[in-house]
Amino acid sequence: MSHDHHHHHHHDHDHSELSETELRVRALETILTEKGYVEPAALDAIIQAYETRIGPHNGARVVAKAWTDPAFKQALLEDGSKAIGTLGHVSRVGDHLVVVENTPARHNMVVCTLCSCYPWEMLGLPPVWYKAAPYRSRAVKDPRGVLADFDVSLPKDVEIRVWDSTAETRFLVLPMRPAGTGGWSEEQLAELVTRDSMIGTGFPRQPGASS
Amino acid sequence: MNGVHDMGGMDGFGKVEPEPNEPMFHAHWEERVLAMVRAMGAAGAFNIDTSRFYRETLPPEVYLSSSYYKKWFLGLEEMLIEKGYLSREEVAAGHAMQPAKALKHGKFDLTQVERVMVRGKFGRTAPAPAKFNIGDRVRARNIHPATHTRLPRYVRGHVGVVELNHGCHVFPDTAAMERGEHPQWLYTVVFGGRDLWGEDGDPTLKVSIDAFEPYLDPA
Repeated sequence: MSHDHHHHHHHDHDHSELSETELRVRALETILTEKGYVEPAALDAIIQAYETRIGPHNGARVVAKAWTDPAFKQALLEDGSKAIGTLGHVSRVGDHLVVVENTPARHNMVVCTLCSCYPWEMLGLPPVWYKAAPYRSRAVKDPRGVLADFDVSLPKDVEIRVWDSTAETRFLVLPMRPAGTGGWSEEQLAELVTRDSMIGTGFPRQPGASS
Repeated sequence: MNGVHDMGGMDGFGKVEPEPNEPMFHAHWEERVLAMVRAMGAAGAFNIDTSRFYRETLPPEVYLSSSYYKKWFLGLEEMLIEKGYLSREEVAAGHAMQPAKALKHGKFDLTQVERVMVRGKFGRTAPAPAKFNIGDRVRARNIHPATHTRLPRYVRGHVGVVELNHGCHVFPDTAAMERGEHPQWLYTVVFGGRDLWGEDGDPTLKVSIDAFEPYLDPA
């Protein structure tokens, strides 16, 4: 692995497995560029767009609007893609976004057991745990055990509905609005909406709790 | 295929471990891999189902021991070689050595970036009426294709109820193998936790999958 030593200064990780990967990834980009398939600046632009334009702030705005606007909420639950499309400030979503509502009787949780399907436009790129074996294997069999790993527990009689994203439909959980937020603005409410609350592995922040 | 990627219901992988303040990427190369996959897909080198299939066909021990973007990288490299966009010789050398293969949508340059930021469209015109209605009981077929499928093992043979109809969509089983889109009706089918996991299963659990019509029989 003598090559690796030349490249250690380029990245944070310095054990050899990652260094070798770094070299192989660079080699592939070089080949794709030399063959005229991709322009490196266009790759930079993709990364920048992912870093700046998508993220849970998009989903949080949708949830906060649904909490304050009953007509929007109804439209959202009937056709998520169409309703979100009416909000100019939220990034464009695909055609098949389904919004599922948590109630006192039912808690929803989203998984992709086969790979990593996730509503990128609403939540950003998925966290590592969402794409990893422990979550993908257990969410459909032992969701209460998975929730315990997040320090979340539900009353025993609440139905748990797990949505396995096995096609190009994407699911976003509409969590319950926290008590004690009467009169709050959409902007204030959006601050309470966490990424995990829209996956179903968490709840929104409570008013007054530190974020 | 009955691969290790089909993880629903498997035991032994341990606790879910959320990382506080997780960064979007854990190394610079992960960003480049993500961008190359998106760019080459948008340029027409492969469709999303084919790219999933190449990750699934990684050797099980590689699949289980590789990080997420490492799997993306390994799948991408192998797929581009097999589809003729580059050669093993070039990969070994780290430089282009043969002429390029034409891409369906041309070179991925700055003018193409916006296409990547909009999700692809998978809905298609229906070739035939839907066989199932909301509320119908259906049995997930006991099929075990060695090629790509989106019917997870843990529901095969079990009876569920049709809850939503999403219209007609590209059929991943044929699209992944480059045998055409063959649009199929797509339904959300919901199963009882105890139907899937037996008497020890959580009685409050319901699990749904999105199932293409060829995955289902009337029950």
